[in-house]
Amino acid sequence: MTLNIPSFNLASIGPWITLSIFAIAILLADALSPKGNRTAAPLLALAGLAVAGFQTISLWGKNGLDFARMVYVDNFSLFFYMVFILGTALTVLISLQYLKDYGKNLAEYYALLLFATVGMMLMAAGAHLIMIFLGLEVMSIAVYVLAGLFREDARSNEAALKYLVLGAFASAFLLFGMAMLYGAAGGTLFLNDLPGRLTAGFKPLTLLAIALLVVGFGFKVASVPFHMWTPDVYEGAPTSVTAFMAVGVKTAAFAAFARVFFLAFPTLMPDWTMVLWVLAVATMTLGNVVAIAQTNIKRMLAYSSIAHAGYLLVALVAANQLGAVSLMYYLLAYTLMNLGAFGVVILVGRKKDSYLSIYDYAGLGAQHPALAAAMALFMFALAGIPPTAGFVGKFYIFSAAVKAGYIWLAIIGVMNSVVSVYYYLRITVLMYMKPAEADLGPINFAPAVTATLLLTAAGVVLIGVFPGFLYNLALNSVKIFPGL
Amino acid sequence: MLINYLPILIYMLIAVGLLGVIVLLSELLGKKTHTVQKDIPYECGMDPIGDARSRYTVRFYIIAMFFIVFDIEAIFLYPWGVVFKPLGWFGLVEMGVFIAILAVGLAYVWGKGALEWE
Repeated sequence: MTLNIPSFNLASIGPWITLSIFAIAILLADALSPKGNRTAAPLLALAGLAVAGFQTISLWGKNGLDFARMVYVDNFSLFFYMVFILGTALTVLISLQYLKDYGKNLAEYYALLLFATVGMMLMAAGAHLIMIFLGLEVMSIAVYVLAGLFREDARSNEAALKYLVLGAFASAFLLFGMAMLYGAAGGTLFLNDLPGRLTAGFKPLTLLAIALLVVGFGFKVASVPFHMWTPDVYEGAPTSVTAFMAVGVKTAAFAAFARVFFLAFPTLMPDWTMVLWVLAVATMTLGNVVAIAQTNIKRMLAYSSIAHAGYLLVALVAANQLGAVSLMYYLLAYTLMNLGAFGVVILVGRKKDSYLSIYDYAGLGAQHPALAAAMALFMFALAGIPPTAGFVGKFYIFSAAVKAGYIWLAIIGVMNSVVSVYYYLRITVLMYMKPAEADLGPINFAPAVTATLLLTAAGVVLIGVFPGFLYNLALNSVKIFPGL
Repeated sequence: MLINYLPILIYMLIAVGLLGVIVLLSELLGKKTHTVQKDIPYECGMDPIGDARSRYTVRFYIIAMFFIVFDIEAIFLYPWGVVFKPLGWFGLVEMGVFIAILAVGLAYVWGKGALEWE
């Protein structure tokens, strides 16, 4: 008996290996070092992310498959690697002081963040649906645990349990869809092989498979009507974990969503664009309208994150090159502006999240002008007001929709953006035009969080004013989709 | 295609139907007597003691998780043993990595004091 071991190159998955090794090292260092010594974990996590970032840059430009055609090594996945690494690094920075205040600065937290990042990378680079599913699970299981980090807090427990039960349910849908697809395609789940196998005529099995995949991915990106978990989980989870979920999980799910649908189902585009059109409109509208009624800042940002999933679905519906480019650009912009906003929420929340109502922001402009200015910038960016990254991202998305002939979708999207201005600007109005109800007291400007705010604020303006560089990077990355 | 599975469907219908008829007949024709002895839950012929939902320490879950982890390790080791020669050094290294990761897990729980029962 001889076995053929496929040739592979470990460098193709270098970032995954690095992050896994660093995560394991964090766990070991914590378990074997004397009690109370917890300074090493965040530093190790940041070091691992830096090394993974360098590896990603050195892989840039490669175009191919590895590990028996299971893994893509292409600019599309590498672009998302960078977004994940950036998002995770910023999450580490905003977590530090926050977790210390709670007495929960655990090494496991950082290890789980890194493991979740590995899962996200798997999702962005998976060339086989099973790989994508594995990535989804690696990411989700880590995030389920993170959501329940505050074990003594009933809300955190509720968030973790709700996310686990509903997430497992959604994973089952995704897996079931893959099983249907396996049957419809005659026994293959390689994304490269699927379009060739799915051309022949009307096939109920294929459509069922696509519907189930939409449910599975729709849950992870928090699109209506699969969004029910989002507000409760985002509100109950620790704020830093909420930030990580809002940017990381959503980005990873959209990366896989786009890759699967653009690459595997271009021949069935009329079928799935119609479904996603409806989902996009429902998601944008519900997210924005319900966000208006929220008085808890975390809940408001949760509904805002649902609304943003809607905008991103518009990019998927457009299903052209500009649509894919706008998706990538917007996800990066969203990572920056949302992490920035959550950074401010952590700072204003202070000891144990005591100030989470939006009315706690009243008078912030007078007492902490720099912090208020940063929050105002992130709110403007989320609302899509120039010259921020949010504006450019929305501009790309809606022009992609117009270019693809979805005029009405673009109009509905723009109208939704106008609705969103109300609740984003309300925070700004509260900060600058309402006197504080009481003295806000000192805010502990931890250096790491302050640095994050500076970085994200600069990033939001910079890529908003000079989007060309990223646009070209993204355009260069979406060449892999022949069907667009 | 699908029509080839028709016999299986018919077989399933017959099986379910037959079962239903038997249960229904015994329900209709059977004689029903209730005694205290008959109504207690059957537990290997013993008299039941206490509630089935008794509480036990959460540490058993940790032990159960260890068991699963090392059970999986054993499950992976057996097929590897069968193809040990053809896989050669590659397989040895791969399994080494796999076992090393599990060993790290063990070291972690040991270091965290999860193996102590007190």
